[in-house]
Amino acid sequence: MYPAQFDYRRAGSVDEALSLLQENEDAKLMAGGHSLIPMMKLRLAQPPVVIDIGRLNELKGISEAGGSVRVGSLTTHADIAASDVLAAHCPVLAEAAGHIGDAQVRNRGTIGGNIAHADPGSDIPPVLVLLGASVHLQSPSGTRSVAAGDFFQDLLMTDVGEDEILTHVDAPALGAGTGSAYLKFEHPASGYAVVGAAASVTVQGGRCTGAGLVVGGVSATPTAVDVSSLVGTDLSDDAIAAAASGLDAEDPIGDIFASGDYRVHVGKVYGKRALAAARDRA
Amino acid sequence: MARVLGTSIKRREDPALITGRGKYTDDLKAEGLAHAVIVRSPYAHARIRGIDTSAAAALPGVLAVLTARDVAAAGIPGVVPVGWLLPDLVTPAHPMIAADTVRHVGDAVAVVVAEDRYLARDAADRVAVDYEPLDAVADVVAALEDGAPSVHEEAPGNVAFDWEIGEREPVDAAFASAAHTVELDLRNNRLIPHAIEPRAVLASYDSSTGEMTIHMTSQNPHVHRLLMTLASLGMPEHKVRIVAPEVGGGFGSKIHHYADEAIVGLCSMKLDRPVKWTATRTETNLTDAHGRDHSTRCALALDADGRITGLRVDTAAAMGAYLSTFAPAVPTYLYGTLMSGQYDIPAIHCHVTGVFTHTTPVDAYRGAGRPEATYVVERLMHLAGEATGLGPVEVRRRNFVSPDAFPYQTQVALAYDSGNYGPAMDRALEMIGYEDLRSQQASRRDNGAKQIGIGFSSYIEACGLAPSAVVGSLGAQAGQWESADVRVHPTASVTVYTGSSSHGQGHETTFSQIVADRLGIDPEAVEVIHGDTDLVQFGMGTYGSRSAAVGGSAIARSVDKIIEKGKKIAAHLLEASAEDLEYEDGSFRVAGSPDRSLGLGDVALQAYLAHNYPDDLEPGLSATSFYDPANFTYPFGTHVCVVEVDTETGSIELLRYAAVDDVGNVINPMIVDGQLHGGLAQGIGQALWENAVYDESGQLVSGSLMDYAVPKIHNLIPFELDRTTTPCPHNPLGVKGVGEAGAIASPAAVVNAVVDALAPFGISHIDMPLTPEKVWRAVNS
Ligand SMILES: Cc1cc2nc3c(=O)[nH]c(=O)nc-3n(C[C@H](O)[C@H](O)[C@H](O)COP(=O)(O)OP(=O)(O)OC[C@H]3O[C@@H](n4cnc5c(N)ncnc54)[C@H](O)[C@@H]3O)c2cc1C
Repeated sequence: MYPAQFDYRRAGSVDEALSLLQENEDAKLMAGGHSLIPMMKLRLAQPPVVIDIGRLNELKGISEAGGSVRVGSLTTHADIAASDVLAAHCPVLAEAAGHIGDAQVRNRGTIGGNIAHADPGSDIPPVLVLLGASVHLQSPSGTRSVAAGDFFQDLLMTDVGEDEILTHVDAPALGAGTGSAYLKFEHPASGYAVVGAAASVTVQGGRCTGAGLVVGGVSATPTAVDVSSLVGTDLSDDAIAAAASGLDAEDPIGDIFASGDYRVHVGKVYGKRALAAARDRA
Repeated sequence: MARVLGTSIKRREDPALITGRGKYTDDLKAEGLAHAVIVRSPYAHARIRGIDTSAAAALPGVLAVLTARDVAAAGIPGVVPVGWLLPDLVTPAHPMIAADTVRHVGDAVAVVVAEDRYLARDAADRVAVDYEPLDAVADVVAALEDGAPSVHEEAPGNVAFDWEIGEREPVDAAFASAAHTVELDLRNNRLIPHAIEPRAVLASYDSSTGEMTIHMTSQNPHVHRLLMTLASLGMPEHKVRIVAPEVGGGFGSKIHHYADEAIVGLCSMKLDRPVKWTATRTETNLTDAHGRDHSTRCALALDADGRITGLRVDTAAAMGAYLSTFAPAVPTYLYGTLMSGQYDIPAIHCHVTGVFTHTTPVDAYRGAGRPEATYVVERLMHLAGEATGLGPVEVRRRNFVSPDAFPYQTQVALAYDSGNYGPAMDRALEMIGYEDLRSQQASRRDNGAKQIGIGFSSYIEACGLAPSAVVGSLGAQAGQWESADVRVHPTASVTVYTGSSSHGQGHETTFSQIVADRLGIDPEAVEVIHGDTDLVQFGMGTYGSRSAAVGGSAIARSVDKIIEKGKKIAAHLLEASAEDLEYEDGSFRVAGSPDRSLGLGDVALQAYLAHNYPDDLEPGLSATSFYDPANFTYPFGTHVCVVEVDTETGSIELLRYAAVDDVGNVINPMIVDGQLHGGLAQGIGQALWENAVYDESGQLVSGSLMDYAVPKIHNLIPFELDRTTTPCPHNPLGVKGVGEAGAIASPAAVVNAVVDALAPFGISHIDMPLTPEKVWRAVNS
């Protein structure tokens, strides 16, 4: 597989990357290259210029401050999966990253590239929506942030502007009494999620005080399920099943492996199981 | 000297392969190398109104753009032939490059050669083909319907052949008087072989000598040379050398002669330069011959005691758009003839219609016909166990050909030379802890979403197609013997030249063991040469699990000839009579006088010096054999699969897989186990994941590894293997074959297990692959 001809530029700083983006129409940023290069090899993408941002250390790293975790956009899936900071404050993100591809993919692929590419079978997007994370973008005219729930717009479409770089993601830390889980129904060929269910449950004094469920894979963008009916309950299996069965998708996506109907069904089952796992960890 | 047959010596092939030093075709370089990209039809069926190559040819660095016109202008035969004929087989021409009609997505329409691959690929995008799309039919059943789009004018109704074996009337009578009958409509899913190394070719023509050397991914270089020269390029056979360097798997896909390799040969002749082509994964999926793709209606009749009285099979088998090399044999002589399975069946009738479809051609793929036959027989046996109330074990036992009935003549031509089916079943039951499993299963029946199922497959396999005369009478356009030239050097090391061409199986290790064992020397003293038509005498290659039984036997024969000749030389030197000499542990000895002996090395040296030598003997110590076996060999065994089905999602988890195989004498147990592991992975892959899916317009929608699921290591479980040993009675090594056994036995074992798990839901069949959605829908319907 041979990509069409392209120029390669390596950016030494975020500012340089931004000006290269300005100077080169239709240029593409490259982080880990694990989504971009396959597209180029199939000639589904033919950018005239590739701007390699892979060595921008300023965009790498995981930290926690004031009840919020920050993950730089160039942080690899492997680093996220192995992070002590995330294990303590946002374990569901680490859990999801650990399900991505194989070791090679996790060593190269980045969280920024993953969400900028926005494959409906990606493992990260539903988790970020569950967490209420914000996505931070920088352009020559400044910085802005977008709620994860608004960031994903459609199949392979996000709110990243042509002149923007995704710099980092912030997510509120999960507090004591909160359990979370990510459950993946893996596609046997691609390894992507046919369905990925991210859930969190907060328990105080044996009663549920908060719960969330977001399912990836059933629609073009992550689908949030209203599970507020769980608040105040003791999180019985029946209550959880009833809450998860609220999953609804207007226009579910399907392929030769799994139809839309079936994905919605599995979303409910995996949603239920993810909520139960989150409860057991709370 | 310890025996080396039956020991797991490590594969001598591996150090080079795992350190990246092995040279595959695409690794090879050549002075002045140019690169080819083949332009392929995006339509399943279309008329070519015209091709404009000017924009491609105008790109700097492009050396040639060839179409069907150039093939015609070259005055060469220009076709891809079929190598197995059946009575009334319709054999439409398969042009190397499509001239006016394309018949499957991926059909070659032009080739671009350029100074580098990137340029060639860019230029290929500029070849403008004016297509008039036509209606297409991709489905084997739809292709037989009235009014279906026609693939070839010569083949009305898309029928390539109509074939039967066995007798219909006795079967009808058996059904008329049966106490129990079971029947099944099934699909055997189309598979894509997926060798890890894509097909590749480097052709180097030299106009100064008129010779061409072709390095290519081949399982059988001599057969490729014959077909390439005779039918495609029209070159004299002796002017073409075909070399198969390291070959990264084939599973059948590298037996066949394809258009692409011939096209690259033509490019090299035209340009008088070396030209290379390596298939992309997409091209591999579109052009490597696919496997299976049957639609079958079958039924079994049994008497009140659960003894089988008749078997009826009617199959529509897809051929794809053209007849590939061995395609007509696969769903006929490698399928219908296996319908007796391990059972004594008094009446069998099998009817097969070969069907053209607008798809990639279908041909031999690991197991080739035998997995399809085993699937039919073993699925029916599962149903028979239920219908008779005997269960899967007893119904099989009751019908096994009894051990004293061998040789056993089936109703479908084959005569099984040997077998003993009960012990393999016994051992499998013991390994799996059958009774315990059944009680675990029972305890789950009423509670919980996860159900356990146990599935059996007691398979028969026929490998090492033989003898040549019989195979020829059935339509093969090739012999089915194998050759070996064994040369003892003056220093007593040995080089073997074998016509059996390894592509991952470990022939170099195994064959060196055969020689070392027979000659009583160290395997390290034996070198094995294969895969080069200039070095090796004519040979038939590696497929159909034939290498040990046919190729290995040829080597054994040659070694025996060497020992016989060595005895004459030693007798002369020891002043004894050749009849009094014995050969043991690397020495020739006079029987009864242990101190009168000569080592192999002493004799070998004298054979080449010929100073003190028998008058009537030629110098040298080497021997060539062309071994034509008396019969097929018949490996068999029982496999048991245990699954857990999540009835809430339809997901299947493999819990256990036990396989007891009888492959005759074992040369290298580690290699035999490795072959079983690979075959099992592919057979389980067929049952659970793999599926080549075409849409209505004939587009291959599972054409990439994003959609076509080959099994990965984490999808599988450790296999539990054991063996019984019933040596083959008619070859010198007592070996059978093992390359395909795993892929033959396992699909039925897996499906039977899943169906067994779902018995409470009244489910008796689900077509492969058993994807979670299909299982879930079956549970909920
Ligand atoms: C074999 C394989 C298996 C995989 N399996 C999974 C899986 O199971 N689950 C899963 O979720 N993913 C999977 N992936 C995808 C993987 O997670 C990718 O790494 C990820 O989607 C893209 O990250 P990247 O850093 O490689 O991005 P790249 O490929 O470099 O870029 C992807 C896109 O994002 C843009 N981009 C990248 N970084 C930025 C930035 N900072 N700002 C703005 N735009 C940016 C690029 O321009 C490009 O359009 C798999 C990939 C492969 C190759």
